[in-house]
Amino acid sequence: MNQKHQEDLAHIRSMMERSSRFISLSGLSGVFAGLSALIGGLYVYQLFKINGVDYFGEGDYERGYEGVSTIPFKLVSELVVTGIVILVCAFVFGLAFTIRKSKKYNLPIWTSATKKMLFNLAIPLTVGGVFCLSLLYHQNYGLVAPATLLFYGLALINAEKYTFSDIKYLGYCQLFLGCVSLFLIGYGLVFWIIGFGILHILYGLIMFRKYK
Amino acid sequence: MGIIDKLNKDFESRVRLGIMSVLMVNEWVDFTEMKTLLNITDGNLASHASALEKSEYIAVKKEFVGKKPKTSYSVTERGRLAFKEHLSYLEKLMKS
Repeated sequence: MNQKHQEDLAHIRSMMERSSRFISLSGLSGVFAGLSALIGGLYVYQLFKINGVDYFGEGDYERGYEGVSTIPFKLVSELVVTGIVILVCAFVFGLAFTIRKSKKYNLPIWTSATKKMLFNLAIPLTVGGVFCLSLLYHQNYGLVAPATLLFYGLALINAEKYTFSDIKYLGYCQLFLGCVSLFLIGYGLVFWIIGFGILHILYGLIMFRKYK
Repeated sequence: MGIIDKLNKDFESRVRLGIMSVLMVNEWVDFTEMKTLLNITDGNLASHASALEKSEYIAVKKEFVGKKPKTSYSVTERGRLAFKEHLSYLEKLMKS
């Protein structure tokens, strides 16, 4: 009798969790998103080098606003394309691992919880995207990296109610990095690689072990 | 036997517990989503849902999306109270 009640309670808890949160997100999605960002970031570093910008050099390249905004337009468009490729790669990996996990555990993917999570994620991300476009438009390139980190961090915290709530800690870390990088313009790529690359990989590994 | 007598007979089945749990944390849930969440058949869900509707624990909304009929469920105030009571009895039983 006692065992039946215990199972009932466990069942209730699991049904509430399953129906209100998007829990098919695999930790491996985070790892591969991080790897995409890491490879992309290193590629961008090479791009800078090819275009005569030595990122970590202390030569005549002037850091800060003036220095960064002298980047030629061709390089900027190459950076934007690279960014989009990274985003698509991360998204495809994320989707693939999510489908795999949901099949393995027999979880439905396209539920109202999923829609709510995506919607809450999309609001800060869309505004952030528009904000970054305006930065590019005004040739304020130095602030793009901090802005992507800040809006991404806010998006994660906003989506926290509809997925694993651990995601908010990743959000806090991104916000912290974003805030610091606001004052170290010119090192945007470094912060970007730490935030989108290394933090994602770490978070993914932790989640993978925790919810396996 | 005091407490055990008070356990709501309407919630004895796993499926009914599942329906109520889902509705406690979601406003309106449609038939297909409920079915996949609980991993049960159409007929199973329909019969348990109508039993809960008869007890006035859940409300049923039928509408047309295009030409397809769509049935959605939500919990009533009466159902919310009954389920909470059931939960607290279960918890009490666990403690004793």
